[in-house]
Amino acid sequence: MIRNDFRILLVDLTIRKAHIVDLPGRETYIGGSGLAAMLFEKYGDPGAGWSDPKQPLIFAIGPLTGYFPLMSKTVCGFLSPYHGQYAESHAGGRSALALRFADMDALVITGKASVPCVLSVGSRHMDIKDAPFLWGKDVFTTGKMLRHMLPGSGHRSILRIGPAGENGSAYACINVDTYRHFGRLGSGSVMGAKNLKAIAIVGDASFPLPEGKAYAKCFHEIYDQVTETTMMSKYHDLGTAGNVAALDALKSLPWRNLQATSDPGRIEGISGERFAKDMLLRNAACSGCPVGCIHIGYLREKFMADNRYLYRQVAYDYEPIFSLGSMLGFGDGFKVLGLMDAVEREGLDCMSGGVALAWATEALEKGLITEAETLTPLAFGEPEGYKAAIRHLGAATNEFYRLLAQGTLVAAKRYKGEDFACVLGQEMAGYATGETFFVSEALSFRHSHLDSSAYSADQKAQDKDAAKIVAGFVKDEASRCVLTSMVGCLFARGVFTEERMKDALNSLGYQGVAANLSQAGEAIQKLRWRLRMRTGLNPMAAKIPKRYAEVVTWKGPIDTVYMEQLRQAYAARLLELGREEGLE
Amino acid sequence: MKTFFASRMERCIGCQSCSLACARLVHKRLSWHTAGIRIGSSGGISTGFEARVCLACDPPPCAAACPTGSLSPRKEDGGVKQDRKLCIRCGKCVAACPVNAIVVDELNNPYMCLHCGRCVPYCPHDCLELAVKGQANFVQEVAE
Repeated sequence: MIRNDFRILLVDLTIRKAHIVDLPGRETYIGGSGLAAMLFEKYGDPGAGWSDPKQPLIFAIGPLTGYFPLMSKTVCGFLSPYHGQYAESHAGGRSALALRFADMDALVITGKASVPCVLSVGSRHMDIKDAPFLWGKDVFTTGKMLRHMLPGSGHRSILRIGPAGENGSAYACINVDTYRHFGRLGSGSVMGAKNLKAIAIVGDASFPLPEGKAYAKCFHEIYDQVTETTMMSKYHDLGTAGNVAALDALKSLPWRNLQATSDPGRIEGISGERFAKDMLLRNAACSGCPVGCIHIGYLREKFMADNRYLYRQVAYDYEPIFSLGSMLGFGDGFKVLGLMDAVEREGLDCMSGGVALAWATEALEKGLITEAETLTPLAFGEPEGYKAAIRHLGAATNEFYRLLAQGTLVAAKRYKGEDFACVLGQEMAGYATGETFFVSEALSFRHSHLDSSAYSADQKAQDKDAAKIVAGFVKDEASRCVLTSMVGCLFARGVFTEERMKDALNSLGYQGVAANLSQAGEAIQKLRWRLRMRTGLNPMAAKIPKRYAEVVTWKGPIDTVYMEQLRQAYAARLLELGREEGLE
Repeated sequence: MKTFFASRMERCIGCQSCSLACARLVHKRLSWHTAGIRIGSSGGISTGFEARVCLACDPPPCAAACPTGSLSPRKEDGGVKQDRKLCIRCGKCVAACPVNAIVVDELNNPYMCLHCGRCVPYCPHDCLELAVKGQANFVQEVAE
């Protein structure tokens, strides 16, 4: 519903009660990223650990959610088990519209249930059910069982964790509606630490539309732009997978733990074109988005003699093809789909999981670890070993997998091999494009390729002017803070210009928010950095492992002197951004 | 008389654009629920999507069950017309619908498809159409 205050459902799992809280702050914090940060500041304890029951797990939507196409994402705010600091992760599926129609701007979960449980919320219900029988179940089995346990069949959003989230993996994800994820930085383990196996959100309310004609006009302008121009076509055509061959051609696709940036012999088997031709089964969409960028691949497996087959449906994108494909040396998309399926089952982040196993493979090759640690042979391009390793990673079977599940650098510190750990703040995204991206991902707020346009800047000739590049990172982040507070999909950033967002907000009666957009973006950006620094971040200490200095892209070898200049300049700027108010 | 058909639901991606359009344009609501067409998964998203929508029964049992004449049969080809002013929110139409195509909001106001076709242009995959009964999904387009 359109309202100026934020309406928050605050659930305390310890006492099994919830209450509604109305909070001011719309003009400064908007919703989404801004609201999540505001709520973490209010309910989080920067001095306590990520698994402390009092820490909040936050799911926030924004003022445009549900009212306009592509305003279909939810922001999850939490204290990350990966780095112990405040973090954000974004997902779509049905989650955003379900929260909208459950009539809450955010769902905040604190406390810890005495036994494993599932939470169901809607506009007219809040229910916590004991579910110890689900503990230990994989993501797929959990999903099937939940369907019969919770209300709202066919139309609810289901958020669930797998074994990785129960076992405290630093990169356990929250699976959203089977094919989407709050993927990065370990929100799944925050659910696990609360004994919360799953959340169902039932969007069962409906609201009056705003008065006047402005809303209908604005809606149609946006809808027509999204569906009748070619702006979004790359996302539903080949999807993000369309970048795989392009990045390989630019010598920017990480192969075999970033020992190469191109592999002409294998790329054809994992290109977006090959996936579309041989593996694409169908598309799906987040609720409220007509683009339909979700690509679901088809995997047929013979499991027994006499032609006994099973089939699986696996969502693919650029990042899982990189992390479980090229990074692990695969030139066969079907094998990559098999690994994606295994990672989904465990509830692991596919990017961190794949990059961690790429490091383990090279460490095994170099003799830093043996099969006594890995429990299975690991070799680039060999799927069966990786499938077994993914199960061990989810289960944290032994000391090696327990450490590896805390982050590649944690294992690399113990077993040596930090030089070739492909970690830029967290296990890298699939862009070996050059200095700008490496510094951006190592230091940016989400350690995501979507924090800035660095990977695209690297693909063009540019001045090596560190001050100018850093100013660009900071400006880019503030403007993305606005979009992720609405909460729009970052694929929609070409559609939702600042002017367009202002029109949309005005049409809903949020004139105050519209008038304050750029100031709000900067305020949200600063608050996020303050929260990270209060919870332990020292940007000056961010490292870029040696492997990145050895990369060769289309521009040639990496300029390590410039990369270091850029790293220091960005870190110094972040210290300013995160400085406590009153000390500025 | 043209009738609404969700003829090609195997193409559906679950974006809900049709439900949102119906609620917005026909019922003046922001909703994916109080709409004449509702899209849901049937046993998980991996099984695809189904449309809960009026199948244009002829004669329509919901109109027969309506005690006040708020629902009356369309002139021909099944389905109903609705006069909201006459509705006493008794819910008998909901119980009478054999395919659960009528929903009520929290005030017990019923919502059903009126075969107006305003949702049709919002489907990005042409799952929906307004057609003469017996001719729906008649022409199968071939992709390039």
